[in-house]
Amino acid sequence: MRFLFKTSYEQDIRIAKHSGYYWSYGALLLIILCAPYFLDEYYIGQMTQLYILAIAGVGLMLLSGYTGLISLGHAAFFGIGAYTEAVLTGNGIPLPFMDEPIVFSFFISFPMAGVLAAVAGVVIGIPALRLTGIYLAIATFAFAIIVEEILSRWESVTNGYTGLLVDSIYFESIDFDLTEGVSFYFLCLGVLIAVILFSLNLLRSATGRSMMAVRDSEISAQSMGVNLAQTKTLAFAISAGITGLAGALFAHKLGFLSPESFTVLQSLELLVLVVVGGLGSIHGAIFGAMFVLALPQGLAIMKDYLPHYISEQPGFEPLIFGLILIFFVMFEPLGIYGRWLKVKLYFQMFPLYKKATFKRQKSYMKSERLK
Amino acid sequence: MSLFTAENLAINFGGVKAVDGVNFDIKEGECFTIIGPNGAGKTTIFNLISRIYDASEGRMTFNGQDITEVPPHDIAGLGIARTFQNIELFEHASVLQNLLVGRHCHTKRSIWSEGLFLPSVRKAELAHREKVEEIIDFLDLQHYRESLIMNLPYGVRKVVELGRALCTEPKLILLDEPSSGLNVEETQDMSFWIDDIKKDLGITVLMVEHDMGLVSEVSDRVLVLNYGRMLAYGSPQEVQNDPEVIKAYLGGDDE
Repeated sequence: MRFLFKTSYEQDIRIAKHSGYYWSYGALLLIILCAPYFLDEYYIGQMTQLYILAIAGVGLMLLSGYTGLISLGHAAFFGIGAYTEAVLTGNGIPLPFMDEPIVFSFFISFPMAGVLAAVAGVVIGIPALRLTGIYLAIATFAFAIIVEEILSRWESVTNGYTGLLVDSIYFESIDFDLTEGVSFYFLCLGVLIAVILFSLNLLRSATGRSMMAVRDSEISAQSMGVNLAQTKTLAFAISAGITGLAGALFAHKLGFLSPESFTVLQSLELLVLVVVGGLGSIHGAIFGAMFVLALPQGLAIMKDYLPHYISEQPGFEPLIFGLILIFFVMFEPLGIYGRWLKVKLYFQMFPLYKKATFKRQKSYMKSERLK
Repeated sequence: MSLFTAENLAINFGGVKAVDGVNFDIKEGECFTIIGPNGAGKTTIFNLISRIYDASEGRMTFNGQDITEVPPHDIAGLGIARTFQNIELFEHASVLQNLLVGRHCHTKRSIWSEGLFLPSVRKAELAHREKVEEIIDFLDLQHYRESLIMNLPYGVRKVVELGRALCTEPKLILLDEPSSGLNVEETQDMSFWIDDIKKDLGITVLMVEHDMGLVSEVSDRVLVLNYGRMLAYGSPQEVQNDPEVIKAYLGGDDE
């Protein structure tokens, strides 16, 4: 057990609470920096996918985990980001007074994807101000369907169901492709780290606290001077913007976009990600992304070892997926991160761990939290 | 000089007149108490002052400014802070974070400087922390800084809520039943604190309270409400001997 002796207020606002953080996160960083040089191309691709999912997860976590606003429509922001990136770097935007449409460089189109998704976030955020809980879920759900429909019908831009090829980011002068293998791995990793640091910084300052205040008690947040409308809209915008950035990276990862990649199922997957990972923690978003990505693979491997008459049943995978979800919601509402904290505490307190330590814990999953 | 005045304040919920033509003024530096039987409209007056409800009629002035139309999130910035009857703390946050939210109305915010945690943000955070520490010292909360609210006993939550209100550096603090749910000892502490808030911090106190012991100990003037109307107005002793008040609380013959 480590006891912290605090000698300055600085210590309370640091991200790394004690020297142990530098060691553990330093080691983690070292591992993931070296990983692409040891892994197969397939696993590099999977890790990249993990980072992209985690970025979107952090985005949704800020909204659902920290501001307490549920969203069933994040695939829409993801899609807006992806299509913005694909269109801006691909066909470009035709302008009436120019012969050729303008094609943007990645360094402009990428932030643009985030900004456009954030604007969409504000658009859905403003009507959402008056909605809470299940009604907000329905409103965002409807928004996702509308966006999906736009993506499939606005054929002049999105090419509809025929699909849209995404150009890779190739720098001719230095013969370097940013969207290929290891370089794309580092690009996604860099964006993920930047997004995590940005979120952690927000959360340790006034904006993050006002978001948590809105989540836990709107009436007293208001009486403390928190502008509800502003805070909620801002949360929607930041969350959508970050998810849009993830979408832009996803476009390059896929190389080919069609509206089928951004359906309501994708929104659900993101929601599952934050719930299973652990609502109300950035760690949760990362753990959740690992879960969402690893589970189908784990099931595929598991199938090989199961008797034929079980593994070949139709609906085997959704069944296991559903069971695990139910298990989490019932027995570990704080998600994988909550479980991780408990395991950590067990070893810190060993051999004095008390079984009832977490008996009194309340969880966000209580329906009242989803106001 | 009066810090706050309510003129002919009224609010209707459908046909129910929860508050009906109430007039009072609070002098700077006094402790003003509103008492009355359940459902008399005491908390409704608090909600009117903190602008959670819109008044149907009447006018409120604070510090020379008309606050009848001010949006609810600007009230704290003007210098009115409040606590709630059924504690409304941020359950999943630590005591420290709760108190820091109290500093919200004195914070300049910009997501870019906060996202990058620029030196200016760091400096502001430290300055707010120092203010919060003053309140922690004042209310003896040192022991609980890091605890999550959901793990704290009721009595401590009550104090944290008082602390959060004080962190906004108010001129007028509204206390909604500060002693409800507290034991005798804690009520005694609360009464000392209310006295200190008034005398040492120079904050005007407006409170709703049922415990007449506490009321007569700390209040300078008392307003009695019944069914949204004013029944009596005066010092605690005067009010306690008022036949109308006795009738409202204990009943009387209706011949």
